[in-house]
Amino acid sequence: MSRSHRIAVAMSGGVDSSVAAALLAEQAHGVFGVMMRLWVEPGGANRCCSPQDVAAARRVAAHLGIPFYVLDMQAPFREHVVEGFLRGYAQGLTPNPCIECNRMIRWTLLLREALALGADQMATGHYARLQPNGNELLLLRGADPAKDQSYVLSVLDQAQLQRAVFPLGTMTKAQVRAEARRRKLPVAERSESQDLCFLGGGDYREFLIRHQPGNGLPGPIVNTEGRPVGTHSGLANYTIGQRKGIGVSAPQPLYVVHKDPESRTLTVGPRSELGRMAFEIAPVHWIAGRPPSEGSPLEVQVRYRAPQVECHVSPLADGGARVDLARPLPDVTPGQSAVFYSGEVCLGSGVITP
Amino acid sequence: MLESARMAIDSTYLDYAASTPVDPRVLQAMLPFFNERFGNPSSVHRFGQVAEAALEDSRERIAEAFRCRPSEVIFTSGGTESDNLAVRGAARAERKRRKAGHILTTPVEHPAVLNACRHLADLDDFELELLPVDSYGRVTPDAVRAALRHDTALVSVVYANNEIGSVNPIAEIAAVCRAAEVPFHTDAVQAAAHFPIDVAALGIDLLSIGAHKIYGPKGIGALICRTGVELIPVQRGGSQESDRRAGTVNVPLVVGLAHAVTVSGQQRHEEASRLRTLRDRLIDGVLGIPGATLTGHPDDRLPNHASFVLEGIDGNRLLAALDLAGFACSSGSACKTGDPEPSTVLLAIGIPPDLALGSLRVTLGRPTSDDEVDRFISAAPSIVRALRAHAAALP
Repeated sequence: MSRSHRIAVAMSGGVDSSVAAALLAEQAHGVFGVMMRLWVEPGGANRCCSPQDVAAARRVAAHLGIPFYVLDMQAPFREHVVEGFLRGYAQGLTPNPCIECNRMIRWTLLLREALALGADQMATGHYARLQPNGNELLLLRGADPAKDQSYVLSVLDQAQLQRAVFPLGTMTKAQVRAEARRRKLPVAERSESQDLCFLGGGDYREFLIRHQPGNGLPGPIVNTEGRPVGTHSGLANYTIGQRKGIGVSAPQPLYVVHKDPESRTLTVGPRSELGRMAFEIAPVHWIAGRPPSEGSPLEVQVRYRAPQVECHVSPLADGGARVDLARPLPDVTPGQSAVFYSGEVCLGSGVITP
Repeated sequence: MLESARMAIDSTYLDYAASTPVDPRVLQAMLPFFNERFGNPSSVHRFGQVAEAALEDSRERIAEAFRCRPSEVIFTSGGTESDNLAVRGAARAERKRRKAGHILTTPVEHPAVLNACRHLADLDDFELELLPVDSYGRVTPDAVRAALRHDTALVSVVYANNEIGSVNPIAEIAAVCRAAEVPFHTDAVQAAAHFPIDVAALGIDLLSIGAHKIYGPKGIGALICRTGVELIPVQRGGSQESDRRAGTVNVPLVVGLAHAVTVSGQQRHEEASRLRTLRDRLIDGVLGIPGATLTGHPDDRLPNHASFVLEGIDGNRLLAALDLAGFACSSGSACKTGDPEPSTVLLAIGIPPDLALGSLRVTLGRPTSDDEVDRFISAAPSIVRALRAHAAALP
């Protein structure tokens, strides 16, 4: 292999990263595949980086004629992503482990590994675009609105973006699958899982209860005045904004508005209690390395699939920030990330505080 | 796949203990037996007779090389099958003959031997005992003598270890076993490429070899079984190989094995001394890297074999980095699924688990040139440095 510009492609055995690898391998010589071996709860049917996924990625790499290596990331993944997820829930938060995985595992540790192996850049199958703006790079939403993944990349900085390549940014999922079929990639028809990759089986609620039995213990349900109205089946079974399955009858629909792990109390209230006009975030990360200029139009997205709402961000003394919304949002959830946009440009993010 | 083949072009292959390319002379000798002379050696007609003649010529060639009788050569599908047939076949025969149920082997055996022994212990109630090894992974004849019992069914000691290259005192160990009238098996899959092996003079009862480590094809090997040593066959079927290994013999591959053995014998002496010089230069070069230690014996080792552990290095990542830099090597802990386990061989010679994960094996072969070794020596230090810098930066 010639010592030219080298790109490591983070592969998973799925369609997206396989097509990303294929597109790069056709344009450049120094392309090689890396795959992370992540921690998965023992016993269950693995969702990703299982031996089958590794075999699938390896077949794609062989099909493309690129070298391929599996790197063991089980310990840091477990420590940063899985333990962080459990710690968050123990504090009544609803963390997004995919964001922490991208920040700490994929775009810090794996990127560093790729560079140590001689890569100049690292590509992933994320649906997001990069656009030069002077000496900086702007992170843009992926062209396919249904697949855009800028949300989970909002934690990257300029140094990481300079190393990043997103070959699928301008494509739609349908196009990606068509490209996979056209190249007869052995993974063209693989389906994708929406579940968290480290779950050994069942859903995340069962995982939480298995690893922190306290999450499965019943406790009181109170209304917003603090009056007991029922008993819940374990805080892990509820998320902020949830309406179905609370099991308390009332003249108007009730929603989960608050979870307190210390007293194991679930607070429910009418929809009006849910809508929030403001919340705080900490820490705050700006992709450009500095906050957007005062007065520039900003929008915020409080979940991966939430609408984009106009907002105003004011810094707080503790390094966090206060976010004021132009209209109330029903599902502002502590632990989730609030991601800021200006139109298509992803500006940064912060974790919503209780 | 054509694309896959393209990948290897610029890379220097330094993993001859894993496999070797088929020698062109060997390939030529094999080719007619795939289509022109394809007959079944058991058939009565002339097609069968031609195949049978090739089979028996091959058996004679191998017998000549290992100084045994042709009837003592049993063709198998490779080193692993030879080891299994030797271990299972001899241990069970000894139990049947004289109720012997004790197996002696070493913790540094190839998995083909070790797992065959474990299987006998788990399912057939054999008692498995592992002999002590020194810090080079070698067994002493005294240790064998001390461990032998009246009910020992089999002793199996590897000739030369595949991971750390150390060579065992086979003649002395064989003599101890012979005196005790216990069958002695040795896995010579690595050793056969480099040492002249006279099974009669060495006193070996059972010897395993495989073709693809000696510039022959994969999927063929032999077990040499001294006359008088009983074997209970592992697989049942036809009466091929004098009832010791059922199944139609793979004639083209047998021809390949026989020619590989002959070619190896013709150039073994000069090649071993050439490789030894290159190996020592490579060892000196790698030991210049801080935190690098040689594993296995410094002198009493395979002439083509250099193996190390490197502090602060993950063997799997080192192999990836070396591969990308154009060097194909191996590691005892290498795992293609990214789930590294320290090598049991390295643990057995007293290397701590963390250090054992940083192992590197570089094995040379006939095509290896001085220039290739020099390029490896000059590239390796900076690759190790880059990986260590990465590891130091871990949070």
